Amino acid sequence: MAEFSTNPATLGASRMDDGPRGPRPRRVLSSTNIMLYGTLIIVALYYLLPLYVMIVTSLKDMTEIRMGNVFSPPVEVTFQPWVKAWAEACTGVNCDGLSRGFWNSVRILIPSVLLSITIALISGYTLSKWKFKGSEIFFAILIVGAFIPYQVMLYPIVILLRDSGIGISNAINTVWLPVCETFGGECRRVRVQLFGSLSGLVIVHSIFGMPILTLLFRNYFASIPEELFKAARVDGAGFWGILFRIMLPMSLPILVVAIILQVTGIWNDFLFGVVYTRAEAYPMTVQLNNIVNSVQGIKEYNVNMAATLLTGLVPLTIYFVSGKLFVRGIAAGAVKG
Amino acid sequence: MTATLRIAEGHSPAPKSEVGHSVQVKDLDLQFGAVKVLNDLNLDIGEGEFLVLLGPSGCGKSTLLNCIAGLLEPTDGQIWIKGQNVTWKEPNERGIGMVFQSYALYPQMTVEGNLSFGLKNARMPKDEIRRRVARAAEILQIEPLLQRKPGALSGGQRQRVAIGRALVRDVDVFLFDEPLSNLDAKLRADLRVEIKRLHQQLRNTMIYVTHDQVEAMTLADRIAIMKGGVIMQLGTPDEIYNRPQSLYVADFIGSPSMNFITGHLEGGTFKAGGMSGGVVLPMEGYRFATPQVGDRPAVIGIRPEHVITGELVASAPVTHEVTVELVEPMGSDTLVWAQVAGERFRIRMDGQARVAPGDRLPIGIDPSRASLFDKKTEDRL
Ligand SMILES: Nc1ncnc2c1ncn2[C@@H]1O[C@H](COP(=O)(O)OP(=O)(O)OP(=O)(O)O)[C@@H](O)[C@H]1O
Ligand SMILES: [Mg+2]
Repeated sequence: MAEFSTNPATLGASRMDDGPRGPRPRRVLSSTNIMLYGTLIIVALYYLLPLYVMIVTSLKDMTEIRMGNVFSPPVEVTFQPWVKAWAEACTGVNCDGLSRGFWNSVRILIPSVLLSITIALISGYTLSKWKFKGSEIFFAILIVGAFIPYQVMLYPIVILLRDSGIGISNAINTVWLPVCETFGGECRRVRVQLFGSLSGLVIVHSIFGMPILTLLFRNYFASIPEELFKAARVDGAGFWGILFRIMLPMSLPILVVAIILQVTGIWNDFLFGVVYTRAEAYPMTVQLNNIVNSVQGIKEYNVNMAATLLTGLVPLTIYFVSGKLFVRGIAAGAVKG
Repeated sequence: MTATLRIAEGHSPAPKSEVGHSVQVKDLDLQFGAVKVLNDLNLDIGEGEFLVLLGPSGCGKSTLLNCIAGLLEPTDGQIWIKGQNVTWKEPNERGIGMVFQSYALYPQMTVEGNLSFGLKNARMPKDEIRRRVARAAEILQIEPLLQRKPGALSGGQRQRVAIGRALVRDVDVFLFDEPLSNLDAKLRADLRVEIKRLHQQLRNTMIYVTHDQVEAMTLADRIAIMKGGVIMQLGTPDEIYNRPQSLYVADFIGSPSMNFITGHLEGGTFKAGGMSGGVVLPMEGYRFATPQVGDRPAVIGIRPEHVITGELVASAPVTHEVTVELVEPMGSDTLVWAQVAGERFRIRMDGQARVAPGDRLPIGIDPSRASLFDKKTEDRL
């Protein structure tokens, strides 16, 4: 009977004694936590150190750099290396710094991102919601494409771009020249050049972005319930109506993922840039390489560091701005395969 | 007396007097690859009829509905709606509205946007859209919700909006695919009544897929029981319940399900169990499906609720005594498990009945309310 006592004193006491209650107390400074956070901090420092060295070096002048002391902060902060890297550094015959490469990269980036995402969005949508006979095979082929090493395709694409450029030129000219001549006037042959131009590189980036982006969009759209799609069809929405009015408004997370993937991927690309363009159209990465690896003159470490940081700024900004959305989008895309 | 109520005013309802066909399914075949899901299916649904498709999971109910809606292409056969062959028509050209189990509301649109989406696609004038949306919202009592997004609605409210989406389009045929099965029991009962009321108001043709027998019995003008892509029986709830055409239908309908006793039909008398505990049921008063039914192995089916207990046993055509094995009180009534002729036998008694396992319980059976099936073909005799 004792344990059922109604005596308030014992009742209170039993409340105290009857064992654990509520959230379990956790020790902040447990050995696990010290290990865990200690390791994390060390790893973080390890990865941040190069960045620190780069920033510090880029703000020193050459005399200070020659004194050694890689880790010491600059005695006298100078932004001259940044200015030089951006506007004055020489690559080959051009001495207008990275700015030329920057604008080239922007001109490559924007159409490539728009084009590749648009194509992948539509193909992913078609492959998940408007399956046609053989659509699975089509998709499989596309995915296999993602596993073929780039190196294998480099030269074939050179030929492809060159010849299709010529082919398109000829096709246009056979129509254009007679038309032009009938109206009189000075007629020049139209020349479309894909190989060695920015447009060629845009096409290459769009093609190589296709497999992974299509997979991304297809899986995302596959996770949108079939019944939603059916309801829209009953409501009279067609292929484009469903895409733009129903699917697209629901796709923000995956669009963000695609944009980040493409922006960083295309911005960081070096191989295609160096293979498929000419010197005056080189993207920023190629130009950075040419500045840093130039053999003439003395090595200007501060300029090199500034140039590298400038080149890395775009992907870095993207990550900082959209890190959270990115993670959410990746998670959303991974729900269903 | 009831004036037919239509969403579009000034658009006179189709003449209902012409008791025509509303939806006709002719020789419909549907295959997914090598799997035959629907098999030479024929169905004729009258104008303003409420047809319920009932069957176990995977029997092809949704597939049939999707074929009628035009969301799936049949492998063979035709779909006719209102006397028109719509087999090759797009879903929105068929004059149908569809309500899905998962509601399928457009998550980025408000309730109003959801309701008007179909009308906008049909390029209807703005004020007509506004009028129809307002009317549907009034009928379904969702006016205060019009500016909300679906995410901010309860399940019942969502399903109302989904019904509204079909309602605004002023269609001739409503298709429901298990619209209530995501709702809790109470809400389901409420919405069931609302759908019935809606049907009485609108007098549209409705085709309604469900797993729920109560829904089927209460809503339907006719029920189609499906199994493996074939319609086993099509009839009024009364026919389905009282005169099931096959053992399958008899077993499928009713909860608790029918008791079956295997035996022999000999000279108009059903006998089972032989020695002890056997039963002999003279089938006088039983309406045979065909006259002159010869002797054969047979199965008799007796619904638990048709077993007579209490004082009325004395006046029953056949009496028997069983030993109570198990008692399941269910509130309004009590289910008693026993054995007759060596087979499980359930008896539904009044909730007030006092019985305990081991009791001897006299029961009465009325063969005229039983169902007799051929043992081999499983068809009704
Ligand atoms: N796209 C498909 N490809 C292959 N088989 C399918 C496909 N869709 C449905 N089936 C098959 O068709 C059969 C009928 O499916 P259906 O969805 O019509 O069943 P149902 O009667 O609606 O079942 P439930 O009551 O569970 O909704 C099932 O056996 C299913 O596996
Ligand atoms: Mg179904």
